[in-house]
Amino acid sequence: MDWESSDTSASDGVASDTIAAPRRGPRKEDVLPASVTAAVKIVIVGGFGVGKTTLVGSVSEIRPLRTEETMTQAGVGVDDTLGVEEKVTTTVAMDFGRISLNDRLVLYLFGTPGQQRFWFLWRGLFDGALGAVVLVDTRRLEVSFDVIGQLEERQVPFVVANNAFPGAPRHAAEELRAALDLPQHVPIVDCDARQRASSRDVLMKLMHYLHDLALTPERL
Amino acid sequence: MREPDEGVEEEGTPDRLYAVTGGRTQASRDAGLDLVSLIVSRQEPRPGMPPEHADILRLCGNPTSIAEISSYLALPFSAVTVLLADLVERDQVEVRAPLPAAHRRNTTLIKEVMDGLGKL
Ligand SMILES: Nc1nc2c(ncn2[C@@H]2O[C@H](COP(=O)(O)OP(=O)(O)OP(=O)(O)O)[C@@H](O)[C@H]2O)c(=O)[nH]1
Ligand SMILES: [Mg+2]
Repeated sequence: MDWESSDTSASDGVASDTIAAPRRGPRKEDVLPASVTAAVKIVIVGGFGVGKTTLVGSVSEIRPLRTEETMTQAGVGVDDTLGVEEKVTTTVAMDFGRISLNDRLVLYLFGTPGQQRFWFLWRGLFDGALGAVVLVDTRRLEVSFDVIGQLEERQVPFVVANNAFPGAPRHAAEELRAALDLPQHVPIVDCDARQRASSRDVLMKLMHYLHDLALTPERL
Repeated sequence: MREPDEGVEEEGTPDRLYAVTGGRTQASRDAGLDLVSLIVSRQEPRPGMPPEHADILRLCGNPTSIAEISSYLALPFSAVTVLLADLVERDQVEVRAPLPAAHRRNTTLIKEVMDGLGKL
């Protein structure tokens, strides 16, 4: 795992190779004021290399940090003759950033690791989340099917953001909706995860969607 | 052994996890602690305290999320929750719970988030 430090400022659009090195505490300017009473979170999901870390870094007020969790799962390629299932412990890392919304409330953004099978094993990650952003790359839409199903099952509201990579096939939103089999009310937006304003607009879209859902709860 | 997947490591963390948590499992102790629970120290670290407890108290002079504690102390999330359960039990830290999912339908909160994002 790449832990090297970098002086790239958080607003420049920070890719996964510039995640801050672990330190024993925050920089002075990264300390939250004592007045902050509560936090909310949004989870950014999507396949390998789709721009999750970039999106988190482009809107975060702190250089993205990395938290990790150890997970135990049944072993793969176990010797059947033993009849015992080997347990494999894996460490899964997740990038996150932070946005102070006002002097009382702070928003955390979590960028999931590329390995989809761990997202829903991370205990509590989605439980209290306001919602999720499903970042898609039109060159590899298929990785999004499973996660969309899982979010629907858990009733986590989400928007789909189409991260515009050069050379990716251009899809009108309605084509994308059909391809991903999304209900009419789920918002689909284009974004450039490297741009702070564009990433901010994706989060704003999610909040507008939540606002609509709050007024018409039967849709979720 | 499998090849480690991208974004996933298989390494010696469990031993360290075991060491700092005294081998206890998290399930019984950490109920209600979330990645974005904010922790605030109620006292200064004291000599003779387990070093990981002292680290947390030192770090959390101002509100600090469990995710940030995990990152700065380079400990897995569940190890931090086990350590915090001890500190909570002894009333050495305050926990500011995150807003629950019910707030997805709270239009006042939603507007507050929008206003905050609008300032970016
Ligand atoms: N052209 C273009 N490149 C982008 C965009 N977003 C990210 N990238 C680049 O794509 C690469 C991967 O981006 P990351 O943010 O690391 O993707 P990720 O989803 O976090 O990747 P994993 O964590 O490995 O799954 C980086 O080199 C980014 O600079 C975008 O909107 N447009
Ligand atoms: Mg990443």
